[in-house]
Amino acid sequence: MKPSVETIVKETGRNGEAVFDVARLREDFPILQQKVHGKPLVYLDNAATSQKPQVVIDALTKYYSSQNANIHRGVHALSELATYEYEKARGKVKLFLNAAESKEIIFVRGTTEGINLVAQSYGRKYIKAGDEIIISAMEHHSNIVPWQLLCEQTGGVLRVIPMNDDGELLMDEYEKLLNKKTKFVSVVYLSNSLGTINPIKQIIARAHQFGIPVLVDGAQSTPHIALDVQDLNCDFYAFSGHKVCGPTGIGVLYGKADLLESMPPYQGGGDMISSVTFEKTTYNALPYKFEAGTPNIADTIAFGVALDYVNNIGLKAISSYEHDLVTYATEKLSAIEGVRIIGTAKKKSSVISFIMGSIHAHDVGTIVDREGIAIRTGHHCTQPVMQRFGIPATARASFAFYNTMEEVDALAGALLKVKEIFGS
Amino acid sequence: MSSDLNELYQQLILDHNKSPRNFGKLEHATNHAEGYNPLCGDHFTVFVEMDGDVIKNVSFQGSGCAISKASASMMTTAVKGTKKEEAEKLFEKFHSVVTRDIHKEVDDLEDLGCLGALAGVAEFPARIKCASLAWHALHSALKSDGAVVSTEDAKLN
Repeated sequence: MKPSVETIVKETGRNGEAVFDVARLREDFPILQQKVHGKPLVYLDNAATSQKPQVVIDALTKYYSSQNANIHRGVHALSELATYEYEKARGKVKLFLNAAESKEIIFVRGTTEGINLVAQSYGRKYIKAGDEIIISAMEHHSNIVPWQLLCEQTGGVLRVIPMNDDGELLMDEYEKLLNKKTKFVSVVYLSNSLGTINPIKQIIARAHQFGIPVLVDGAQSTPHIALDVQDLNCDFYAFSGHKVCGPTGIGVLYGKADLLESMPPYQGGGDMISSVTFEKTTYNALPYKFEAGTPNIADTIAFGVALDYVNNIGLKAISSYEHDLVTYATEKLSAIEGVRIIGTAKKKSSVISFIMGSIHAHDVGTIVDREGIAIRTGHHCTQPVMQRFGIPATARASFAFYNTMEEVDALAGALLKVKEIFGS
Repeated sequence: MSSDLNELYQQLILDHNKSPRNFGKLEHATNHAEGYNPLCGDHFTVFVEMDGDVIKNVSFQGSGCAISKASASMMTTAVKGTKKEEAEKLFEKFHSVVTRDIHKEVDDLEDLGCLGALAGVAEFPARIKCASLAWHALHSALKSDGAVVSTEDAKLN
């Protein structure tokens, strides 16, 4: 019989340290067993999306095989069951984030929709002409464009916290940006293109001294860093299920209840109403006020299973193992002549972006792909970051807890082939 | 190394990437157009100097991957001195080769001259846009509307 996930990480090694049994965890992911271009798949594009364990795939099948019904509206057994499972997933997210209440968990399609919801609902109500919104120089496009749209609509002004050559935010510049006109701060916790972990608690605490609410873009941090939204004291936190072993098309916006209560609905439709007449509609209570229409029921339930799976391994164990993995990969890649790592912050996690002399990232990507290795190449939806470093694109290896040191070796070997082909 | 990688990154392509021909701005350009791939950031400007119907001179500048740069360079050598109509025909031919069904034999690569070196791109669907970017820019320059061509407009390949 297979040992449970708990026993894997709780067993101790010779020196008393926790053993992280990657080989055993990899068995949970059917996709990792396959070959690509005749070579064992080495999946190093986890910042784009994570792979899914069998339990998540099974949850989807189970839902459609035996639980499928619409929720919150039927009195029949299946509808009650589907509603129960859907709301149970909300409870799991509440625990995962350590939110104060379940009604603070809004299901959305992903991080992008979560940020757009806040920009359009909170933003259009509270941001006036001349008000300032602060983001950072390392934001993903989805934490830039929603605020630009809002600024166009309201006359608000976007301000940007700059960063240094290591890819660390300049906190004294942030201090200077905060002023009486600042009405909102929206910053990424972990950069998807540089791997930088931002001092998010400090950013939040400073903004709160000015009474300014803060949204944390948690798309990359959620799979890698243990989280407690009450401890962070963030006002909003958005993340995507598919980066945490869950299905695509489901994500979460966490918001403090009093803020969410004060905000108008984002979309209108079924489930978000209390009563409708042609003269007036009254809105449903939280969280339903923000969940118009039939939601993504199956993926939400499977997402809850994904969070259970990750929780069972434990984010502390995951962080610690991934730290070793990234440290090893950094050493290994830095040792290759011509490789330059972009993003050398002191506090980093899970992502290594790099360039190879004059060889374009796309050529690197194509060549390593033929070795069965999946990495991302391009601007990673962070064009301003590329502009900041004066480069068109990078190659990016991004790691998950199911990656191994041997896979790092395979990547290093493939990069030597790139050099061989280009004769450099 | 796999053989299709050898096919893709053959010596001629690596050479054009390293030492691109007709690289730089054309001083007496009559037309020019930009080609841009927003997904990867490849960005080229193609300059042409027309003498009636003839492409008297052509050049390009910008940056991109080895495939896009080599393809731009080889394109300039192939169309310099040709009639506009011939250049357009060559583009059609080139396009059909790089987007062909890879399970079928290519019959007449000879008409393509050195451009035939890029036939291996067909094995790499994600890279077809790289190979055709400069051609789309040339096409736009020849139409003389000089519009910026994006690989994402109307799903160009």
